[in-house]
Order: sequence, then structure tokens, then C-alpha cells
Amino acid sequence: MNRIDVKRRNVLDHRKKQFADPLYKEAQYPHRLNFYATPPTADITLEQFEQWAIDRLRVLAELEACSFRNKTPAETAAHMKPLLDKYLPLDASSSASQLLHAQRQKDHYSHFILRLAFASTEDLRRRFARVETMLFRLRFQTDDSRERAAFVRTLNLDWEAVSDEEKRELAPQLASTITFSGGHGGGKRAPQVLDEDWLKVDWMRVPDLVESRRVYVRAGMAYVPGREQQSMVLNAFTKRLEEALELTARALPRLDEDDRLTPILNHLSKNFIAPDAGYSGSGAPIEGAEITARNIDNLSQHFPMCMTHLHRSLRRDAHLKHYGRLQYTLFLKGIGLSLEECLVFWRSAFSRITDDTFNKEYRYNVRHTYGDVGGDANRRSGGYSPYSCQKILTEHAPGPGEAHGCPYRHFSPENLATMLRACGVTDRAVLEGVAEDTKSQKYHMACNRVFEHLHKSEIKRAKDEGIMTAAQLETIVHPNEYFKRSYLLKNMDGKLHKEKGDVKMEG
Amino acid sequence: MVEAGEVRGLEVSKQTPEPPTAQTAKDEDMCVEIKQESKAEIKLEDLFAGIDSDDDEFSTSGNPLNSKEHRDDDAQNTSIELLRIYYQRFFPWRYMFQWLNHSPVPTKDFKHREFSLWLHNDAVMRYQSYTTSDLFRKDVLRLMPRRIEIGPVYTADPRDRKTFRTASAFQPMAKELCFDIDLTDYDDIRTCCDKANICHKCWRFTTMAIKVIDTALREDFGYNHILWVYSGRRGVHAWVCDKRARALKDNHRKAITAYFEVVTGKQGGKRVNIRRPLHPHLSRSIDILKDHFQRDVLETQDPWKTSEKADYLLQQIPDLKLREALRKKWESFPGRTSALKWADIDALAQTDASATLDPKDLLDAKQDIVIEHTYPRLDTAVSQKLNHLLKSPFVIHPGTGRVCVPIDRNNLDGFDPLNVPTLQGLIREIEAWTEADGAAAAMAAVEVSGSSGQDVKPLQDWEKTSLKPYIEYFRSFVTTLMKAEREAVLKRERDEDDEVPVKVESLDF
Ligand SMILES: [Zn+2]
Repeated sequence: MNRIDVKRRNVLDHRKKQFADPLYKEAQYPHRLNFYATPPTADITLEQFEQWAIDRLRVLAELEACSFRNKTPAETAAHMKPLLDKYLPLDASSSASQLLHAQRQKDHYSHFILRLAFASTEDLRRRFARVETMLFRLRFQTDDSRERAAFVRTLNLDWEAVSDEEKRELAPQLASTITFSGGHGGGKRAPQVLDEDWLKVDWMRVPDLVESRRVYVRAGMAYVPGREQQSMVLNAFTKRLEEALELTARALPRLDEDDRLTPILNHLSKNFIAPDAGYSGSGAPIEGAEITARNIDNLSQHFPMCMTHLHRSLRRDAHLKHYGRLQYTLFLKGIGLSLEECLVFWRSAFSRITDDTFNKEYRYNVRHTYGDVGGDANRRSGGYSPYSCQKILTEHAPGPGEAHGCPYRHFSPENLATMLRACGVTDRAVLEGVAEDTKSQKYHMACNRVFEHLHKSEIKRAKDEGIMTAAQLETIVHPNEYFKRSYLLKNMDGKLHKEKGDVKMEG
Repeated sequence: MVEAGEVRGLEVSKQTPEPPTAQTAKDEDMCVEIKQESKAEIKLEDLFAGIDSDDDEFSTSGNPLNSKEHRDDDAQNTSIELLRIYYQRFFPWRYMFQWLNHSPVPTKDFKHREFSLWLHNDAVMRYQSYTTSDLFRKDVLRLMPRRIEIGPVYTADPRDRKTFRTASAFQPMAKELCFDIDLTDYDDIRTCCDKANICHKCWRFTTMAIKVIDTALREDFGYNHILWVYSGRRGVHAWVCDKRARALKDNHRKAITAYFEVVTGKQGGKRVNIRRPLHPHLSRSIDILKDHFQRDVLETQDPWKTSEKADYLLQQIPDLKLREALRKKWESFPGRTSALKWADIDALAQTDASATLDPKDLLDAKQDIVIEHTYPRLDTAVSQKLNHLLKSPFVIHPGTGRVCVPIDRNNLDGFDPLNVPTLQGLIREIEAWTEADGAAAAMAAVEVSGSSGQDVKPLQDWEKTSLKPYIEYFRSFVTTLMKAEREAVLKRERDEDDEVPVKVESLDF
């Protein structure tokens, strides 16, 4: 019957039997969408295990990259389509494709394999739940509307349509919540209460909408605009997945009985880290640029706010705390500052300490960062990679007295505005845009907005004269990319001929 | 070969979840010394889980009953003796039992409920529980706690909690949804008092808060059984006792708390940040609050009397020109009252109509100001956790000697926190009570009921004192609650009879 599942066995290991679903049965996949409520129980080969997981991982990593680049949903969908078709196709039930079962089984299994691979740490769990939700959303949006409705019905989400009569009765209250949801208003015609489908649902089903006062609540029922249905389904998806991952994490120790899986799972989770690194750690200097310790003050005009803040704090205090030193050293390494110059830079910057103290407490760390000392692995890999925005945004939020982190994320709005003004950003519209971006947690957007403002004329020229392609001007997601692009834009004249030549060569 | 390459299904079983923090603390002794903060194995946060901010027992000043330095053995013995009389003769044991038990016969709701007793030697006994109201009373009389706290109902008897091998066998499962309002959180806007002090003027903030929260709990969330209790000094607690509220999980408690939380942010910065159009809960709250703002804030508190405070007000005016016009006017009238300053805003906005002023911005800013000065400020920690303990109603506040009495929400304006019964006062009242009073009361009862004097029950001691209206209010609250609870049970039984068995696809994974 089922050609994929060649090695299905009826005898279960007794140790697993006690944990297995008592309703053990071959999975049926009546819907294209899957909430992954039931773990797979049939057997697959080790090769399938690995290949399916890698295929899914490709898709997820690319989706994550799209979100780092702030692609719009439409851009993301367009970008992802060929990848999905290749690695994780899912046809509609109506297609009557021969492959339906195989596709859905692969989707089902690969999800659960990655669950095992990414359950181990909280950070991985959070990222996994996030990208899986993105994948689900993509598929939810492209699902045939009738099939989607049928799928949603199986979720048992318990909502009820609001009658026209009740809509009229509650029109003023509903009107005040209608703009909260779905899109950003966009200046288009305000949606009308009566045109909208409203769902009435126990408020406990949508605690996040209640918490943020995005829905009208009466007598224990929340009134949710119909187009929030998607967000309710997605919420349920994320929530259930997060809960399941917690359970998986606790059950992980029991899986080590199968030591064939452990290396594969470890390998998978390491690969998931990879797409974030983003910027080569080698730090080849930009040709013609003087990347030396004594020129850093001058170069700092090209730094993004995070590094400007570190640089200024260092100059002010003649000191930086641990994470600040780490973030800054890696950045300097990334712009091409050599180890020797870097040691000179830090030695002179820490002007209030003796050589002895410097050598004892700081020198080693700088060398380690460059891969000059430390274990084999560290030396072979050339030390650490410069931090990407994602890493700076999500790891080690700065505490009092610490200067690392991302100002767009970690500063109060007032302090951020003060700093931006001090760095020459005085345009009201830009400052307001930044405030808006940071409020909606789009820190990349804020940073890129500032970049575009500070390099407005150069970008225009670079585009007009074809010096840089659109791809070279894509959203910045790495502080070192910020530096490089800023430097190149501001030094177009010196570099003009060469750069132009390069671009033309690539044609 | 292929055999070796097989991978069995990836099922992952549910395992026991981590125990909540309340049980992970190694409280090796039932009796945990408060003083032992340095003992590593005792989690401080656990010890203090139930301390709400209204109680100053540990502050060093003004507390003759409990402050260590001032403690005088005689005084303490006297106070323990008075407390004994209170627990013996005044504390409403029966109604307390019914309140927590929801039924006349002891159920798990009562038997598995955690009580925590704070003793005079500064020890706290957590995880106490009682199978009957009488055992509860006896234990309290034996130990004479100066404070009793109420925690959640657990899946098992809290006294047996150490006998379970898995944490899932002992979990908190229900507790009233609680709110805590404390006037110290209003210190930046009250001008009459600060810190632990209160007067009738600033008590108005509490009254406003109760109106807003009570209304929203009823209208928005559909809760009906909300008990407001004076915390004995400078705040109030709400106990939402509906069955549905008692069963709320932490994430839902957190959601409701955030729904109510509006005045946030640091002092000195902008403290109100709300979307427009206003959410229905906020526009309704402003309707409730605007008269209070005029009367109890502008006229009574006069919050922007000083030029420093007026500056803070000016910062929130959205238009530069209007701001400057107001500043000039107020500088030429030093000491201009807040009510007049408030009126100036509209007046100058009209006359000196600034071309750049958007009337909508001004209205929004004014609404924000009204909210900042009237909207409830909650101590959110109390509301968010199912296993948070809260001081029981009817205990004596050790600092003020006042009884923590319930507040009748239909007569909020009639509640006077400075005039509630006190421990000493009750003792005096009962000593002054004479048979003559009793006879007069009996006569009155006969007249009212029209029955013969013989089946008039002898008066209970609390009925002879100023505690009477508060216990009567509590009794009627409890009666209503029990009735609703009984009806719910009956309805469920009816529904079960009618029920057609349906196979519900399990969605938990
Ligand atoms: Zn006062």
C-alpha cells in the first residue's frame, strides 16, 4: 500500500511502547496543513531521516534569512516558492497528486526530526518555533480556501460568528478596535464594522489580543475581526509547538538510547546556527583604506550606532566592560584591523591602566578573539566571527554600565534620539521614523533608515551612475556591512574607477 | 543492513512538568524562620510570596505591636490576649469557611487550600490546611497568628505535599483572581499625604480605582462575585471569586492584569501610552473618572499648584505655541489653582488658536492626563500568579489595629477607612455592651419580624459591635456565591444527563 514506508514493523520496542500513542496507527493526512499534534510512529530509514531533515532545514534557514532582511510577506513568498517546490512541496488535496501522501509524510517527519534537533536549548526552541510558524503561515496563506476552512474546523477553536444584529448593537465599540488588526491601516479607507466578519470567542482563547487590548471584550467573550482568524490560528500553532518543544526537551535524555541519531541531530542543530554568522570573519580590509589603530577615530564616522556608542564610551571612560570589548574587538577585526594594530588600539585606549595590568587581563582575550591563542578549534577557525545584528539584538542584553548591544533596541527612546542628534541625525521625519520602527521592534529598519539618511546623496549617485547594484544596497543586517558600505559610498571618487570596472566585469 | 538504518517513530511522551516555584523551595520545616534570609536553601521569593506591600510589620517605625526594637513583652502579651478575644468572639469563622468552601459540607476547595500563619515570634508557617472550619479555628487559637494568608487550592492536601514523588501530583489548581491597590503607588500625584499615610482626600483614588476595576471585571469579563477588602492601612484587595476566575491559569491572569495596566513608565517621563481610538474599556473608564478628576483631583489635590508641577503638565501639551502661552499666563498668576490651569488649556487653545495645533492631539493629551491622575494603579505581582498568597479578610492590621473589613461596592462613598472597627475599639464596645442593649435589640428584632420573642436567637458578639454591618455584608456575599455555585453544579448534572457522548479529538501534544 505504502511504498515509502517499506520497513514498517509491528513489533515496538517495549521501552518505547509505554510512551507511544495508544492509538498507534499509520498516519493519514487528510489535510495539506498540519498542526503536528501526533508524532509519527512508522519507521523510516536513516538516510531518509537525515535527508528529510536537511531539506526542511534549508527551507527554514532561508525563511529566517528573509525575516532578517525584512522582506515583505509578498517578497518572502516569491523568494521561497522555488525552494519550497524543490525541497518541501505540498500539493492541495484537490490536485489529486499521486505524491500527496509522500509529500505530507515528509513534511510530518521532517518537522518532528527537527523538533528533536532543536529542543535542547531555549534559544533554539524559540527560533525553531518562530520559523516553523513562518512556514506554517506561508502555507496557510497559499492554501485553497475551502481546504483551509476544513482544516481550521478540525482545530476545534470554538468560535462563533457575530450576527449582523449584534454587530449593529456593538458598532461603536467594535469600530474602536477594528483598526488595531490586520495591516497597518495604510491610509486606505477605514474598514467598516458591518463589512467585517466578526468572531466571538471565549477571551481565554486569545489572551494576547486581550492583554494588548486589541479586541473588544464583553461578558467574557472577545470580539475578533474575521481577518484576525489567521493570527488566532497562528497563535495556536506557535503556542502548541512551544509547549510541545518543552516536553520534547524534557524527554530528550531518554532518546540517547539510539546513539545513531545523536550525531545527526547535533549536526543539524549546528547547521541551524550557520546562516546567522553572515559575515566572513577573515576581515579583509577594504582596498585603499587605512585600517590602523590611530585611524580608528577617523573611521568611526562610518560606524553604525552600536559601534559608535562603544567607541565613544571607550573614549570617555578609557574602559569597556567584557561584552563591550568582545563586540567591539570582533567588529574591528571584521573591518580588517590586524591583531597587532588591535592590540595597539586597546593598549592606548585603556590609558588609565599599566602595561602590566593590560598584559595580564586584556591581551590574551584580544588574541583569543583573533584565534591567535586558544584551543585547536579556535585557532583553526581564526577565532570568533564578528557579531551580526541578530546576535547583538538577541544575546546578552546590556546591563547598567555596559555599552554593548544595539542602541535601537536597548536605549530608551529619549536616549536614542539624543544620541542620533549627536551623530548628526536631526531630521524630524527620520527621528520619528526611527521611533516608530523601534516601537514596533523593527530595529534593522531603524538602523537602515539612519544609514540611508546619512548617505542619501551618495546612494542616489551610486544608483544613478550604476556604481552599485540594487543587491549591493540591500538591507544591512551586519554592523561590518554597514561600515563597508558607508566607507565605499563616502569614498566613491577615490575608488570610482576600480569599483566601476568590477561591476562592469560582472555585467 | 537496512535494519540497522531504521529509525523508529519519533514519539515523545509527556513528562511531568517542572514544579512551580512555590514547591521547589526546600522548606524543610513547616515553620520557616523569616530571619533566616541567609540560609541558602530557602528561597526568599517564596518566603515573601504572600507579602503585599500594605503591611509595615517589618518597618522599624511606628509599630508598637510588632516592631522588634519597641517590643515590650507586656505590651505584646496584652495584644496577644486581645487578639485571642478577637479570634474567639469576633472572627467570622463560619462565613470564612463557606466563602472558601463554596458549599456547607467541607470539600477539597477548603481541605486542600493553603493557609499561611504568621506567628508572633516572626515565624511563618506555610502549607497549613484544615479539614473543617472548627479545626481551622482551633489551630488559630492555639498559635495566635498575627496574620493569616490565603493561598491556592492544591491538587492534594498541602500538608501531604512531601509525600508525592512527582511534582505533578501536587500543583496549585485554583485561587481567586486578586488585585491589590496601594496608595503609595500614587505618591507622585497625591499632595495630601505620602508613604503609609492616608486621609479622606487621597482615599478617593482608591474609590475611583474600585469603580473602574469592578465595572470592567463585571461588564467585560462577566465576573459577578467580587469582594473588595480594606487592607487595614492604605489600600484595598479585590478577590474575584467566580469559579471561572478561580480556575484561571497564570497566562490568563497575566493577560487580565495587562488589560488593566495603563499607567506605566517611569516617573518623570510620559506615563500613559495608549493607542487611539480608545479601547472601549478606556473610554468607559474615562467616563467613570472624569467627574472624579474635576472634584477629587483638580479641586481637592490641586496637583499642579507649584510651578515645578505645572511644568510637568506643560510638557504634555502637544503644541509649542499653546505651551508658551500657558507658561506666560501661569507665570503672571503664581499660585493659580490646578482647576483654573486646566480650564486655561481649552480657553487659550480657543482664543490664541495656534495654526499648528491639532485639536485631536490636544484632546488625546488631555485624556492621557486624566488617566494619569485617576486611573487605577495596580500592584501587578499580586494578580499574575496563581500561587500568590494574600492576606485574609478580617485579620487585624498589626500597624493600625484596624480590621481588614470588606467594602460594600454599592456604598463606596460611604466607606471610611479611618473609622473602621479596630481591635481595641471592639474590645471596648463589647465591654460597654449591656444586657439592656441586648434587650432593646431583641425588642427591635421582634418588632421587625413580628414573631414572638422566644425564637429570637441570642446575639453573637460581633452583632453587638460596629463590626456587624461588615460581617453581614460578607455573609450575604458568601450566600450569593454559594447559591451560584450550587446552581452551576445542578446545571452541570442536568447537562450531563442530556449529553450525547462525543469523541473529541485531542489536540494536546
Ligand atoms: Zn491624603
